[in-house]
Amino acid sequence: MLKELKILRHHGSQFVKDLRNQPVAELFRGRPVISDSLSASEISRICSLCPSGAISEADGSIDLGKCVFCRECEFCLPGKIRFTNDYRLAINRREDLVIKPGSDAPVRLDEKSVRREVRKLFRRSLKLRQVSAGGDNSCEMELNATGNVNFDFGRYGVEFVASPRHADGIVITGPVSENMAEALRICHDAVPDPKIIILVGTDAISGGIFIDSPALNRKFIDEHNIDLYVPGNPAHPLTFINGVMDMMGIR
Amino acid sequence: MNQLYPEIFENPFTFDVGEIPVLEYDLFYDKVLEMLSDEAKHCVAYYGIEIEGSIKLICCIANDNARSVSVFSTRITNQKNFLKSLTPVCPQIHIFEREIHENFGVSFEGHPWLKPVRYPYNRADEKAVIDNYPFYEIDSEELHEVGVGPIHAGVIEPGHFRFICNGEKVLHLEIQLGYQHRGIETILALNDSFLKNCIVCENIAGDTAVAHSIAHSQLIESLGSTDAGDALQIERCIGLELERIGIHIGDTAALCGDVAYQLGQVVCEALRTEIINTTQFWCGNRFGKGLVRPGGSNYPLSGKVMDKITGVIDEVDKRFAEIAGRIYSMPSVLGRFEDIGQVTRSQALGIGAVGMAARTCGINRDIRFSHPFQYFRKYKPQPVILESGDVLARGMMRVKEVGESIKMIRELIRLHMEQAGNIPRPVYDHKLRPGRFSLSLVEGWRGEICHSAVTDGSGRIIHYKVKDPSFHNWMALALAVRSQEISDFPVCNKSFNLSYCGNDL
Repeated sequence: MLKELKILRHHGSQFVKDLRNQPVAELFRGRPVISDSLSASEISRICSLCPSGAISEADGSIDLGKCVFCRECEFCLPGKIRFTNDYRLAINRREDLVIKPGSDAPVRLDEKSVRREVRKLFRRSLKLRQVSAGGDNSCEMELNATGNVNFDFGRYGVEFVASPRHADGIVITGPVSENMAEALRICHDAVPDPKIIILVGTDAISGGIFIDSPALNRKFIDEHNIDLYVPGNPAHPLTFINGVMDMMGIR
Repeated sequence: MNQLYPEIFENPFTFDVGEIPVLEYDLFYDKVLEMLSDEAKHCVAYYGIEIEGSIKLICCIANDNARSVSVFSTRITNQKNFLKSLTPVCPQIHIFEREIHENFGVSFEGHPWLKPVRYPYNRADEKAVIDNYPFYEIDSEELHEVGVGPIHAGVIEPGHFRFICNGEKVLHLEIQLGYQHRGIETILALNDSFLKNCIVCENIAGDTAVAHSIAHSQLIESLGSTDAGDALQIERCIGLELERIGIHIGDTAALCGDVAYQLGQVVCEALRTEIINTTQFWCGNRFGKGLVRPGGSNYPLSGKVMDKITGVIDEVDKRFAEIAGRIYSMPSVLGRFEDIGQVTRSQALGIGAVGMAARTCGINRDIRFSHPFQYFRKYKPQPVILESGDVLARGMMRVKEVGESIKMIRELIRLHMEQAGNIPRPVYDHKLRPGRFSLSLVEGWRGEICHSAVTDGSGRIIHYKVKDPSFHNWMALALAVRSQEISDFPVCNKSFNLSYCGNDL
């Protein structure tokens, strides 16, 4: 018992008190800021460099739904592109993930597009079933971390549950491999209505670096309404937590 | 050089494809068998490449003592022909022959278990579907089957486990994988860009991003005849050991969680967070994605980062030793770990186990030591070897390796300070040597990672092969749970923590 008390004392308090404003490392790759003075040749340089085709050839805007956050475009054009450590990236309209040149505005969810039943039913308790469909285990580990001693997302009633029957929605990671497509569909069917779908990680949102892979089947994603997009490679626990809080209407 | 097969004493290595003599299959069979009958040797890679209508098989065998890799080759012109299977006399080949069978339709006569491995999109038998896997069955009224997955109860990757039980006791476990297949090897051989391939390698298994990136980077460097300087090599080794520490502590937390020792779980979770946040402080990513690149680094190790690492590992060293001492002296924890999920030394040798799974069975198999890469060529750590092969050994291995890795990082940081000169930026426009075969080995936290590639006459990569240690070690988990209570499966599984995506590719 004394040993345990000593361990607890050394453990101290690891709890993140304010999940909205927790600082992260300066180098964390979050929301990019793009200069509005990119020349045509600069845009063409970063477009051909970008490994996942996330940069628009028209104006140099970056689609965070495709970006793998490698930061190579910033290294290529220092001073013109800068990845800030703003981890609040999760939103509910796919088109809002495109960061335009010249914009330094925070990325925020569109309140009007949040379905009414989500706010009404899930505001105080949201149970989620996670499905990894070709995920590389980093997003999965970050989702596990949302419930750990540091982030403790359970404080808002958000938890991952073992059965889809107990869940209010599913959280998908990975680019959706052909071999997981059917299991994903069955799992989603097993969740009682009304239900939500959250995509976590660039792989899940667009296929990411695997976008051209012949081994994917993204029909499920294309056919369903998505309630929340959480970009990242992998998505940081705070990106997921803040996105879900926004969706639930928690301040 | 040997006339029948080249034996190479470097890691990574590269040589002309033409330097591997193509043996008749019978001679290939005899030579491979002869070599693998020595218990210090194991197969690190055995796969087929389709070249001009015929299939070339390449088999690479590592020697734990002589620090060498031998490369054998043979060619099959008629896929319909039966080849004599090596598996009945050399079980460690089982998974490699299954893979060759699945990819090319080659039949291995006498293979007891010629089943699909991962149902790749380009499999030879298109009619084989993942929902129709031919599970082993025992017809008996006393026995029952338990199927788990592909989606598991926890937030983990998918895979299907089929148990055959007698009451609570597991007679047999069969593990069916493939759900995570993303066509990684195909993408890597497309040659879209060197940068893209780096990102793909970071995503082979996100929990092993640093180790896979080192394997890829040193392969590209060896094919491109470039060399990483000492300082860069040291930085990569530090990144690799930080990854090992983070995962080992996280897995200790998971093991505690499974036996309901909450203090151990919570304290270890918090310590893991400290470690991965340090990696994030260094390179902006908690898993080390972006840290390792061929030819240079975007995140050279600065004095500020070294101070941060030193401070954190000192703190983690103390606190982890304290909690680990408590965890592994509690009777209620030991009762759940001791003599549970045992893999014997001969079983581990038989299946060609690598990494942690081998070292907990008394086998001295550690690539950092046997086939040193990066700065381990100059700075030689001693591997940790345990004997009992049970969950306790795999738990203790993590504790001891965390201690060793912390010592290593301290020493590597000291060595780094003695280095002068700047680390260059990464290179993404390599000119690779034409007509080469190249192989690279890295000891990730799970064990031996192998990347190999072949270039064509113009220096383009035409074939890329990845092997994660899980490819060998899933069989160890299946053996570990035999004759155990099915309720012990979670601790057995966590004690190995094998990769699904690394296996499925």
